[in-house]
Amino acid sequence: MKLTAIVERRIIYSVLLLAVALPLIFPIGWTTEVSDYTRIVYELVETTPEDKVVIVSFDYDPSTMTELQPMAEAMIEHAWKRNQKVIATALWPMGVQMAEQAFTKVLLDYPEKKRGEDFVNLGYKVGGMVTVQAMGRNLMEVYPTDNQNTAYQDIPMLKNVRRLKDVAWISSLSSGVPGIKEWMMVARDNYQVPVTGGCTAISAPGFFPYVNEQRQLYGLLGGLKGASEYESLIGRLGSATTKMDAQSIAHLLILVFIGLGNYRAFRNKRRQNS
Amino acid sequence: MKAGLLIFLIFISWGLYANSFTAMDSPWDDGKAIILNWKLSPMTRNVQIQRITDSENIVTVLNTTLPEGEFVDSALEVNHEHHYRLIAQFDEDTLSLETTATTREQWFYMRKLGFLILLVIVCIAIIYYIQSARRGKEFYIRRIAGLDSMEEAIGRATEKGRPILYVPGISDLDDIQTIASLTILSHLAERSAEYNTELIVPCRFSMVLSAAKEVVKEAYIKAGRPDAYKAENIFYLTDDQFGYVAGIDGIMLREKPAANFFMGSFYAESLILAETGFATGAIQTAGTAQAHQLPFFVVSCDYTLIGEELFAASAYLSKDPQQLGSLKGHDFGKLMVIILIIVGVILEIFGISVLKDFIAGASS
Amino acid sequence: MKRSLPLILAFLVGFVVILSEFIPHRPFNQIVSTLEQWFMIISGFAILLGQISLIRMNTHKIVNKLPDWQYYLAGLISFALMLIFGILWGMQETPGLLGSGEGISSWLGAKPFDYLFTNAYMPLSATLFSLLAFFIASAAYRAFIIRGLESNLLMITAVIVIIGRTSIGTMLTGWLPESMQFWHFPILADFIMEYPNSAAQRAILISAGLGIVGSSLRIILGIERSYLGGEK
Repeated sequence: MKLTAIVERRIIYSVLLLAVALPLIFPIGWTTEVSDYTRIVYELVETTPEDKVVIVSFDYDPSTMTELQPMAEAMIEHAWKRNQKVIATALWPMGVQMAEQAFTKVLLDYPEKKRGEDFVNLGYKVGGMVTVQAMGRNLMEVYPTDNQNTAYQDIPMLKNVRRLKDVAWISSLSSGVPGIKEWMMVARDNYQVPVTGGCTAISAPGFFPYVNEQRQLYGLLGGLKGASEYESLIGRLGSATTKMDAQSIAHLLILVFIGLGNYRAFRNKRRQNS
Repeated sequence: MKAGLLIFLIFISWGLYANSFTAMDSPWDDGKAIILNWKLSPMTRNVQIQRITDSENIVTVLNTTLPEGEFVDSALEVNHEHHYRLIAQFDEDTLSLETTATTREQWFYMRKLGFLILLVIVCIAIIYYIQSARRGKEFYIRRIAGLDSMEEAIGRATEKGRPILYVPGISDLDDIQTIASLTILSHLAERSAEYNTELIVPCRFSMVLSAAKEVVKEAYIKAGRPDAYKAENIFYLTDDQFGYVAGIDGIMLREKPAANFFMGSFYAESLILAETGFATGAIQTAGTAQAHQLPFFVVSCDYTLIGEELFAASAYLSKDPQQLGSLKGHDFGKLMVIILIIVGVILEIFGISVLKDFIAGASS
Repeated sequence: MKRSLPLILAFLVGFVVILSEFIPHRPFNQIVSTLEQWFMIISGFAILLGQISLIRMNTHKIVNKLPDWQYYLAGLISFALMLIFGILWGMQETPGLLGSGEGISSWLGAKPFDYLFTNAYMPLSATLFSLLAFFIASAAYRAFIIRGLESNLLMITAVIVIIGRTSIGTMLTGWLPESMQFWHFPILADFIMEYPNSAAQRAILISAGLGIVGSSLRIILGIERSYLGGEK
């Protein structure tokens, strides 16, 4: 029986849906190995002294939150564990809500952390790379208030933070432009602030070359796997860890599809020859 | 007796230890930073550094327990003398040290020297080849299948009476890929105006929308078909990345364009766009300098412009000798990079890091 | 004049911005800082331009009852709802024109804007991104077909990376002794990503970088002007 392209596609989609859904409903509990890319990110946060102020930039929107939100939560938790103070910024409009959700989630485990003293959400600013450049010169000019309308100068944790150079590290969780690249080009290259971050698995190969000897990027969390590795390093059983089972099964299924595709191509070729 | 000896040793080490606190202007910068260095006895409990402003206002710039370290006080007034006080607390004593330094703005970022030299060489080469082209020298440019296919795509759309979809990427106008994309759009719009084929351009950013409207309108005027220009076909969808993708997918499934062009900067959405287009059976051409999205386009599109081909497109399509000359300049740049890589590798093998440090200085 | 003014502006601004990259002294940094602020202000206003275009385009299709006009109506209603809720009751901690809407918030469990954001916008966005998984599967099914040496190598590499990036890879070769650790799937996958992949990516990046320099120079010098809508 010869299947049309549409039917073939529908079969592939249906099987994949099952393969992803089942492990989410019945978790298997597989573990993954921690890659060097993730370990470098972890070391950066781990070795930053207490009381330092850091930036986590939410450069994504809800569409990619499955991969990036666990990274945000894990990095905030790690920073708080190390008593660092977290500034949330957003180069994407919806990043503000993503930041609020991440803080709310991690606050459940760290109820003692206070807005303005341990964390602040400065909100969204339009302009992408130009905004980051302006932040490098003067943060207060770019963000006169936080998202609660508190004046910048009235936020205790920002007392000594006037420009990007005053923060210990910047993490951009990015699903496109503007994102990691803009932070790297401005904050890292112009102001020598360590820049790290995370991105969707589909974009990760493009950022790996920047994790080099010069530390253009201090490590990279690539997709859900990167997030789950980070969770395992800080000892957190987050959503990324539980979702990795589904991803592993989906990858295996793709291998099966590749095998089937080759079998079909081989059969067609033999039929043509005969 | 032991306690006495211990106190004596502490006293000696205290006396031998030269507590220092210095301030100096951060060199080769915009004159807004001062580097503060302090070195105190290891028995220091707490260190507080204060900036004493002219009006005698005191601002604490650092509070730390480290007995030794460096701190950069930034965002300061330019060309101005700044006074600092360090207050160190020991078990029972307190030590106060003061220092001053003047910020000086410089005329050059010395660490960017290597970067400047490379940039100047590449720019001179490009300008030289442009001048050669102006003097009449002809340059060969290899065939770029993705751009040659433009005629085929427009032809197919015209035959079927279906529109052409042009997606200028997901970046704003400050990304050079978007500008490159708009230059291709200009050529495509001109051809589609000649063939009287409808052109749909959904935009993610308002700035891109304004530019795209202008580009297409001018192209239609240039083709002598201003009446065929439809302003409503160039429109804004949404700033939201996947909302934009949903909108384009909807257009592809409803309008069934005969040809899709994805030119510009693309991220995670590339495969969703290209696969939907593939499913509708459209002839697809993509081009991006986002190397990590290229595999997805290669799989699902008929033609793909890889990296620099996107930037060469305008020169290729216009056949303008000056623009073709500038492409020769790129090739010179590539040759220079290849030589630098080979020399750099050889030098590194012999443990000489001069070249690497010189170039790396630009980004360190 | 209409064509010359933008070209002169592009030349002047481009040249000053490049210079300021190397000169930290005034007035260059101040000029660039001012230009950045202008860009941000223009971008802010441009958002309005986009909204107007959106409303105009959708209204045109609805009024003229063009095919599938219902979709455009749904889009316009969704846009209006989010806008009105945001203006009336604000979002999160920010109040709107009618305050924080305690009554409606207690009924919905959140402010109307936040409620729609969490329960409609977020799932819809995530659903669209998740389509990627399906498309990757169908694309892989078509793409990794062995035809010759190159496609063979491509498929072997893909299989190693796919296995290495999952928990299965850890299990399959976890038993290998220390001396053979290189052949452990996750390590092998990392090696492929770190060296062959990075080398190819860098080559494309470098040539694209040179393309960017060339394009920028053509724009600054006014040789490339089709982005303004016309040739020389």
